[in-house]
Amino acid sequence: MVALKNVIDDEIARQEWFLPGNSCCAGCGLEIALRWAMKALGPKTAMITPASCLNVVIGLWPKTAPKFSQFNMAFAAGAAAATGVAAAFKAKDYKFPGQGWNEMVSICFAGDGGTTDIGIQGLSGAAERNSNIIYVCYDNEAYMNTGIQRSSSTPHGALTTTTPFGKERFKKNVPAIMAAHEIPYVATCSISEPLDIYEKFKKAKSIEGCKYIQIFAPCPPGWGYLAEDSIEMARLAVKTGFWILYEIENGVLTLSNKSKSLVDPSKRLPIIEYVSKQKRFAGISEKTLIEIQERIDRDWEKIVDQLECQSK
Amino acid sequence: MTKVELTDFVQNKETQIIKGNVAAANAAKSARVQVISAYPITPQTTVVEKLSEFVDGGYMPGTQYIKMESEHSVMAATIGASMAGTRTFTATCGQGLFYMYEMIHWAAGVRLPIVTAIVSRGTAPPWNIWADFSDVISCRDTGWMSSFCATHQEIYDEILMSYKVCEDYDVLLPKFVAYGGFILSHTSKPVIIEDQDKVDSFLPDLPDEKGWPHIWVDPERPIMHGNLIMPSGFYSEFRMKLHIALLEAKEKIKNATKEFEKVFGRSYGNGLIQEYNMDNAEVAMLTYGDLALQMEEAVDQVREEGYKVGMVKLRHFRPFPTEEIIKLGKKVKVLGVVDRGIAFGSQTGGPVSCEVKTALHDIEGTAKVFPMMNGIGGREVSLEQQKNQLKLLVKYNETGELPKDMIHGTYWDGLLEVK
Repeated sequence: MVALKNVIDDEIARQEWFLPGNSCCAGCGLEIALRWAMKALGPKTAMITPASCLNVVIGLWPKTAPKFSQFNMAFAAGAAAATGVAAAFKAKDYKFPGQGWNEMVSICFAGDGGTTDIGIQGLSGAAERNSNIIYVCYDNEAYMNTGIQRSSSTPHGALTTTTPFGKERFKKNVPAIMAAHEIPYVATCSISEPLDIYEKFKKAKSIEGCKYIQIFAPCPPGWGYLAEDSIEMARLAVKTGFWILYEIENGVLTLSNKSKSLVDPSKRLPIIEYVSKQKRFAGISEKTLIEIQERIDRDWEKIVDQLECQSK
Repeated sequence: MTKVELTDFVQNKETQIIKGNVAAANAAKSARVQVISAYPITPQTTVVEKLSEFVDGGYMPGTQYIKMESEHSVMAATIGASMAGTRTFTATCGQGLFYMYEMIHWAAGVRLPIVTAIVSRGTAPPWNIWADFSDVISCRDTGWMSSFCATHQEIYDEILMSYKVCEDYDVLLPKFVAYGGFILSHTSKPVIIEDQDKVDSFLPDLPDEKGWPHIWVDPERPIMHGNLIMPSGFYSEFRMKLHIALLEAKEKIKNATKEFEKVFGRSYGNGLIQEYNMDNAEVAMLTYGDLALQMEEAVDQVREEGYKVGMVKLRHFRPFPTEEIIKLGKKVKVLGVVDRGIAFGSQTGGPVSCEVKTALHDIEGTAKVFPMMNGIGGREVSLEQQKNQLKLLVKYNETGELPKDMIHGTYWDGLLEVK
């Protein structure tokens, strides 16, 4: 596990790459995710941002907050555009060798709608081709930019403007879908663990091929809690075991620090601790609450099964 | 029009007897494209197959070929690669082009010099894979340039000329190079594949390491592109400038055509249009794509019968050669326009005949426009039909008489009987 000292010693990480003065809401989870991802990646990065809050929070033209190359992109086009950028880097490295084009990172930074719904075909294509990109999904569990409509990443029971009585279906497990593509690196992060974000992006940068990282990024207006509680929401999601922190490197699953001990069900906080603090779960039925808890326990059983299988 | 004769093949070692699609792939190779992103669709497939041979076989060193999972992703990847400072190429048609449509707008909005071959085919339903320019014409208002090819050689030549025009720093726009599915794509003809040094002398080695003048990836000079812009911002102005760039590209197209002729010895009129047998013509037929090739023969034969007919091949649909059409309108008394593509619900139903009518509107003493449609969905158009079309123009000029079976002011040739 990386220590704060490592980050302080990292000249690139000491600097800010997503600058203050941007248009994020107070307590925005995305902002923390992007800020820490960029501390690990630094300026030799070209970022594609398909339609999402990120298109807006970077600032209205001509103001802009990223201090790195950043390109807005159509909603479904994130992974493919990043693939094109990565191909260009390779072509440029051939044409202009020794100029550092091979060190450039092509990254797509998308929301959960742009990833789990409209962008999943392009993402699957990039994964199958093993395109040399980092694909990031910052997951705030709904279409926040357009006004809190449900996405396939919205959790069961959550109220959105298109699920006025709570979402019936469960959250789509895209990290598992990406792992099934057998790409070299899949990881989950939470904004409550910035050093973990830093470390995972450092690792992703060093790996050739398609990397997928999903960052749990709470949204105060979308979820209905006070802005100062964003970190606490993300932390509770981890502590209840609702959001599991792990890496899958070349098919091998490793639980990250904060999730390791939660293999023991008694170490997990009950989901009510998390759900009861957000207005989007207001009026949730006991039945739904039990369903959510059962789903968490089942997800963990799968994790335990895989870990056992690996150790054989 | 340049006709490649068999003697060229004998004399020129660079001449190959190849399919139109192979000519397109060779043009991408000659242009030294750096990134190709493609997805197969009939009848474009042999373009991407040939390019796979070229790239995977090591004949295009350094070129990256991304085999995408859909056309939407194809154009997205092409945009990404072009933004990051490389010369790019792709090919598609019909349904694939429609699936790409969102990104077509995006490419023009970023002002990227992407060249895309369109092996034009009919639009479903019902399924149709044969020559019909409705596909490329449906991208009329996207900000792309678009041109039509009539011969195999023209496919190769036009792609080279297109890079020259698209990458001009005063233009910086994407371009479609369209040709009829199967009629050109899957038939073989002699095509001169030019010597690489000669192509290099015509086509500058762009972009340089810094990228394009308006967009690049450089950690030392980070830029953002495409941020949300309020109505009070420069949105209208960006759009207006795109319109102006398209119109001003006309001069660049003319210049590139002239320079091409100087270097390679093949002529394509002024680039926007190409006249055939227009000396003392009283009536003329305007058409485009492969229909224009057979129309030359029709003109020759009808002339032999003593009628003063001529033909004009429309080479560019966008930018539209308004000035040339106005001049043409002054030269002849009747201007027929044959469309192989539909503009549903428009004045004539034919996309080009509508444009011609618009161009000639308000012009005094100009030719009367005679709109015609044929060959939709790849239906065969015979030489006899085309000769008859020319004679209809003559009759209209001499007697003012139009055929009795006009459909809302347009002559649909070769229709089956429908009840």
